[in-house]
Amino acid sequence: MAHDPGFWMLQALNALQLSMLLFLLSIGLTVIFGLMHFVNLAHGSLYALGAYFGASAAAVGGFWLGFFVAPVAVAGVGVLLYSGLIRRMRKSGPMAQVLVTFGLIFALLDLTRLFWGDLALAIQVPQILAGRTALLGIEYPTYRLFIIGLGLSIFAALAFVLSRTQIGAMIRAGVDNDAMAACLGINVERLFFIVFCVGCALAGLAGVVAAPLLSVTPDMGLQILIPTLIVIVIGGLGSLKGAVAGSLIFGFVQTFGAVLAPQLASVLIYALLAAVLVIKPVGLFPAKG
Amino acid sequence: MKRAILAALGLATSLALPAAADDLKVGLLLPFSGVYAALGNDIEAGFTLALDEFGSDTGVTFDVVREDTEVKPPVALGKAKKLILQDKVDVMAGIVSSGVLGAVRDMVHGAGVPLIVANAGNDDATGASCSPFITRMSFSNGQVNRPMGTWMYDQGIRKVFTLAPDYAAGRQMIDGFTQTFTAAGGEVVGQEFTPFQKTQDFGPYLAQAKASGADAVYVFYAGGEAISFVKQYDSFGLKAELPLYGSGFLTSPLYVNAEGPSAEGVITALHYVPTIDNPANAAFVAAFKAKTGRVPSEFAVHGYDAGRALVTAVQTGARDRETLAAALRKVSFDGPRGALSIDPATNNIVQPIYVYETVAGDDGLTQKVLAQLPAEADPVNGCAMPAVSN
Repeated sequence: MAHDPGFWMLQALNALQLSMLLFLLSIGLTVIFGLMHFVNLAHGSLYALGAYFGASAAAVGGFWLGFFVAPVAVAGVGVLLYSGLIRRMRKSGPMAQVLVTFGLIFALLDLTRLFWGDLALAIQVPQILAGRTALLGIEYPTYRLFIIGLGLSIFAALAFVLSRTQIGAMIRAGVDNDAMAACLGINVERLFFIVFCVGCALAGLAGVVAAPLLSVTPDMGLQILIPTLIVIVIGGLGSLKGAVAGSLIFGFVQTFGAVLAPQLASVLIYALLAAVLVIKPVGLFPAKG
Repeated sequence: MKRAILAALGLATSLALPAAADDLKVGLLLPFSGVYAALGNDIEAGFTLALDEFGSDTGVTFDVVREDTEVKPPVALGKAKKLILQDKVDVMAGIVSSGVLGAVRDMVHGAGVPLIVANAGNDDATGASCSPFITRMSFSNGQVNRPMGTWMYDQGIRKVFTLAPDYAAGRQMIDGFTQTFTAAGGEVVGQEFTPFQKTQDFGPYLAQAKASGADAVYVFYAGGEAISFVKQYDSFGLKAELPLYGSGFLTSPLYVNAEGPSAEGVITALHYVPTIDNPANAAFVAAFKAKTGRVPSEFAVHGYDAGRALVTAVQTGARDRETLAAALRKVSFDGPRGALSIDPATNNIVQPIYVYETVAGDDGLTQKVLAQLPAEADPVNGCAMPAVSN
């Protein structure tokens, strides 16, 4: 199998697909942290909520309804979280924030269990994305290509907004020095709120997009949390470039690790994480130099 | 005066108590929260159904104390202690996770409390660490898969690629299969164990299976991993060229509908499916549906048969820990799964194994039984068990 280029092509696409899913999730988390210095461990739970909202909406109106409802609904949950909890916690230290959002994980987990039960739910892939597409000599599931495309377009959109628009400049200023940005007349609090909601919406989007591929279970948020944290620590907190680089590194190391050194598959990424922390503790592309 | 009141109280309780002599305290130790909560609920529903159905004419009242293990061994051990020392239960039942079973095993064994295992399938529990007080009414990991090796070889399959999560159950399930498959003359051309509960994307492993030149793929996955696996296997279009076989938990009725059409055509082996054709099963399915509105899963039947085993033991006149433990070892009956008995050498259940295909039915997916493979007792595996006493 080592001489078959199709095999490696297939694995590269697998790696890219996993990377894009992680990117959707980590970008929200990392920008919220970079801008607000707020560690939101409950981000994984928002991803799970996205999958559940998506599954409920898809049961009524099909995949596309779920696809659009989930990010909006999760952003709504984000608004509630922000006004109820996070605004109060902004000035308390990181330890209190970590503890509160850690507790939130379990509260949200049990809430999803109460509402949706313990049995796994599912979303069927829409007809247009079912089946496989021939690509460079191999057949690859269309839905996975859709995830890759979605991830890339979200990346392009965010890169454009952050580097070319006024609100992007304001966000970059806020990340760099929020006190100075406030002095220049930027409403930093409102900016935080918008960024937080967009981050939540992206987590919800990741959840609904992952749902047809995986299964919708109450603990899916916990399972994805560690990979997401690894991605942002490797990539560097707060930066778009870091989130992309971290996601790609995680996706490729995980996928090719599983192929080339299956015994080490679960260790490799942690070894890499340790190496990054030793050599470059701020991550590869930190937002602040 | 005080003494008189005490005496009167004593008299009153002794008058009230005679009925209590036939009260049996049952500790039900199951996960009602955590990843296996759905299994715990199914087992409990089956267990109470059996006590209602068979227990009413024994003249014994079953007083069930439920405790939640949270699928955490230390928590479960604390709850087991509470049941044994504080509630002073006569018998215990339940246990979904083999990790939990390992944690409570010494406590149960030391206290001499009979425990009816209603799920946990670790081979060692009725092997090297077996106990005369622990009787298993569910299955053992090897037992479910062993008959499948020979059966698949007989179907003309010669080369197999295997996949399972990397933990004790995953390895025991696959080992059980490969033993008999290679003994029959088959070849395992590739074998991977994926990081347990850390694998979301099976794509890399599926590409390997495809490149391995195997005739078929044999896997064990359960719960959320099973759903992800079956859906991803189908999305890569592997089902047509590389048929998917496995341990029957892969397409359990509990979650097969979440797998949807991806599960159609998958052939697996299990000790129970709701479509087994016998009168006991028909009655059980109807009763379970009436009670819960769901089709019973293999987990529900574990609970049901555990409850029935308890009632059968009670019917022999057993009323305390010692006599119940002895009576449980001799239980046998015809249940929804067919003829069941307990192997006196290991206290593990002996039961037929059903090969079934998941097919589209009138309302959702259903199970078409392809073959009933004869019951075989597990190898003793280092279990030293005192002989059954009479």
